[in-house]
Amino acid sequence: MSETVIDVDVFAARARTWLAENMPPADPAKDTFFLHAATHPTDEQVLARAATCRELQRRLFDGGFAGICVPAEYGGQALTPAHQAAFNREIKGYDYPSEIQASTFIPCMAVLLEFGTEEQKLRHIPRMLRGEEIWVQLLSEPGGGSDAAGAVTSATRDGDRWVLNGSKIWTTSGWWGDWALCLARTNWDVEKHRGLTVYSLPMSAPGLQIRQIELVNGSKDFCEEFLTDVVVPDADRIGDVDAGWSVMTRWLHHERTISGGSPYVTGGGNRPNEGPYDLAALIGAARRLGTIDDSATRALIGEAQTSSLVLRALVESVTHKMAAGSLPHHAAAMPRLFGGTANARRAAIATELYGDAGVVWSPDEETSAQVGLGYLIRQASCIGGGTTEMARNVIAERLLGMPRERRADTDAFRDVPRGPQASGAH
Amino acid sequence: MFTQTADQDLLEATTEQYLAATYPPARLRELSRRDSTFDAALWKQGAELGWTSPLVPESAGGGSVSDNGLADLLAVAFQFGRHAAPGPLIGTNVVVAALGRWGSAEQRGGPLAELLGGTATAAWAHAPRSVGRSHAAVRAARSGDDVVLNGTASRVERGAPNGYLLVAAATGEDDARSHYLVPFDAPGVQTSPLGGIDLTRRHLAVVLRDVTVPATSRVGEPGTADDHDELLLDLTAVLQAGEIVGAMERAFATTLRWTHDRYSFGRPLGSYQEIKHRMADLRTQLEASAAVAEKAARRVGEGGHDARTWASAAKAHVGRAGPEVIQDCVQLHGGIGVTFEHDLHLYLRRATVDAQLFGTPAYFTERLVRLLNAAVDGGR
Repeated sequence: MSETVIDVDVFAARARTWLAENMPPADPAKDTFFLHAATHPTDEQVLARAATCRELQRRLFDGGFAGICVPAEYGGQALTPAHQAAFNREIKGYDYPSEIQASTFIPCMAVLLEFGTEEQKLRHIPRMLRGEEIWVQLLSEPGGGSDAAGAVTSATRDGDRWVLNGSKIWTTSGWWGDWALCLARTNWDVEKHRGLTVYSLPMSAPGLQIRQIELVNGSKDFCEEFLTDVVVPDADRIGDVDAGWSVMTRWLHHERTISGGSPYVTGGGNRPNEGPYDLAALIGAARRLGTIDDSATRALIGEAQTSSLVLRALVESVTHKMAAGSLPHHAAAMPRLFGGTANARRAAIATELYGDAGVVWSPDEETSAQVGLGYLIRQASCIGGGTTEMARNVIAERLLGMPRERRADTDAFRDVPRGPQASGAH
Repeated sequence: MFTQTADQDLLEATTEQYLAATYPPARLRELSRRDSTFDAALWKQGAELGWTSPLVPESAGGGSVSDNGLADLLAVAFQFGRHAAPGPLIGTNVVVAALGRWGSAEQRGGPLAELLGGTATAAWAHAPRSVGRSHAAVRAARSGDDVVLNGTASRVERGAPNGYLLVAAATGEDDARSHYLVPFDAPGVQTSPLGGIDLTRRHLAVVLRDVTVPATSRVGEPGTADDHDELLLDLTAVLQAGEIVGAMERAFATTLRWTHDRYSFGRPLGSYQEIKHRMADLRTQLEASAAVAEKAARRVGEGGHDARTWASAAKAHVGRAGPEVIQDCVQLHGGIGVTFEHDLHLYLRRATVDAQLFGTPAYFTERLVRLLNAAVDGGR
C-alpha cells in the first residue's frame, strides 16, 4: 500500500482545489447546535437538511474524499488518518454533512468495519459513504439509564431469523435515519454482559414504531422506539451470538471519539456556534442591558471566559496525553466531567447576567429565549453521553485505582433485581 | 504533570531530587522558626541546575533546554510548589527576564550575570489593584547623573542580603513610570520584616528614603514601566500557577494515599462513593489547573497574541481552584488535617500565598474582561 499512497501535502492541495469548486461555504450564522436554538426547525426543515447532507456526502464520494481511511473494496480511499486530518483542516469554512458524522460513521460504520461480515460491509458501507444510508443507534433503554449492559430488549431465535421485542430511547435523528445498530438480550441465564447480541435493522422494519420526544427546550430530535415482533434475518446479526458486549465496548469507544481522534469523521473544523454563551455575545448582552460596568456582571463574564479557556486547555492536554500514552484512555472522563459541570455553570452565569430579560422576553429577542430555554435544559450537559456521576466512578476506580463499587448484578441476568416489582419476574 | 521534552523532564527530575533532599518537611518546620530562610550556598547550586537561566537567551548568559524557557521554568516552579521550597524563584526569574529584555549592556554584565550565577537574588515590587492607583508608590527625581527614589514597596519577597529590587517609579509631571534596579544594600533602603502564613518564604516592607542610584539604573526606555509590568505580570502569573499546581499535586497524592490507608467503620475511606466522587472532582481540578498553566506557559513563552489572555485565565482559575482543592484534602483527612504536625498545611500555605500576591484571582478575572471588551471593540 505504501508505494501507492498519495503524499499528504499533495492530497491536501488536491482537496483544496476540489473543495473550492464543489462544496458550498458554511453559513456561520446558522445555529446547528440544537440545544441552543430557541426556535426549533420544523420536521420539513429537518428533512430538507437531511437531504442536503445526503447530497453533500454524495459529492464527497464522487470527488474521492469520502471514507478516506476506509478500505477501497468498501468504497473508501484506503488512505491514512493523516490524510483525513489534512482534509478536515481544508474543509474548514465549507458546509459539509456534519449532522450525519455521528452516528453513521462513528460508531456505526466503525463497528461494521470491525465486526461486520464481508457481505455486510459490502452491502452497507458504500451506501453510507454515498449518503444513501444514514444510521442511528438503538442502544439506551427507558429502564436502563447509564447501565447499557442491562438491556432488556429481547431477541429470540426463530430458525434463521430473530424476533426482537422491547423499547429503545434517546436515539438521535431516529425518525429520519435509514438503518440502525441495535443491542438486544439473547440469553437471560448468564451474567448480564454475556447474554447480549448486536443486530442491524432498517428503521422502516415492520413492528418498529418511532416517537419523537419533546425536550423542555422544545427540541424534538431525540426519539423513542417500540419494537414489537420486529424480524431480523440472522444474516443481519453483527458479531457472534451472546458476544454483543465485546462489540459494545468498541461501539462505545467509537462513539466517544466524536470529541476528536477518529479517522472516520469528516470535518469538525468549524467552530461550534456557542450561541448566547459566546463571550462576545455575553459582553454584547451586558452592554445592551447597561450592566457592563457592574463589577458583579464583570465577575460573571470573567468566570465564563476563564472556564471556557480552562476546558479548552484540558481537552487539548488530556487528548495529547492519551495519544502519547502518559494517561490511560479512561482519562477522557476528566474533560467529560469538567465540561459537563462547566457548561451547566455557564448556563447559570448567562441566566444571572440576563436577569429578568432571560425569563420574559419580546418575540424578537431570540438570544433571551436561548438563555431561558438553555437554562431549563442545562443538566443535559451532565447527563447525555454518560452522566457526570458515571464519569466520577470511572476516574476514581480506573484512573485512581480506588475500590470498585459492590455489584448487585453478577448473577444470571434473569435474577438481577430491576425494580421493586420486577425482581425475578421475567 | 506536563507534556515536556526529554531535556525538560531532566531539568524537572534533577530539581525534584535536589529539593526532596534539601527541603524535607522536617527541614521546612525548622525554617519556620528562622528570620531568614535564604541559603546562599543552596541557591547557587540551584542556579547551577538551571533555575535562573531559562528566561534569557544564551547570548545574554542564560539558556533554555527547549525552545520555550517559560515552559522549562514551569516545571521548576511546579517542583517548588510540591516541596514548598524557599526561593526567591519567581522574583529572581522575573527580574532576570526584565534585564534580559530591556537591560543595558552594563546591567547585563553586572546584576544580570550575578542573578544568573546565583550569587544574588532579586524581587519585583509590584502589587496590582483593580481599583485605586498603586502607581505613585515610588517617585523618582533627577539629580545630576543620579536619580533619587522615595516611596514604599510592600510585601517584597526576601532573598539574598545583596539582592536587587526592580521598582517602577513615577517621574516628572506626566507621572510616566520607569523601572529602576535598586540594590538592597544601597543607602536609604530600609526594610522591615513582615509576618505571614508562608513558613518558608519571608517578606519585607521596603521604604526608599532618598535612595540615590545612577541614572543608568533605569531598566528600559523612560516611561515603559507600565507596559513592561504587564508582561512581567504574565510571567509571574504563570509561575505562580505552576507552584500552586505543584502544591495541589502533593496534597492530592497525600490524600489519595490516606483514603487507601485510613479505615472507618471497617472499610477503607476510599471505598465510600462520596469519597470516590470527591477524589474524582479533585483529580479533575488538578488536571484542569495543570492544563491551563501549561497552555499559558506555552503561549506566554512563545509571545503569542493571546498570551495575556491565557496568563490571566491561568491565575484566575488556578488561584481559586488550588487553595480550594487543598482545603478539601484537609476535609478528607479530618482532624489530623488541621494539625501543624501533618504536612498538608505546607502546601495550603504555598498555594494561598501565591494565589493572593501579585494580583488576586479576582484581579485577573477583571483583567480578562478588560481584554475581552477591547477585543470586542477591536473586532468591529
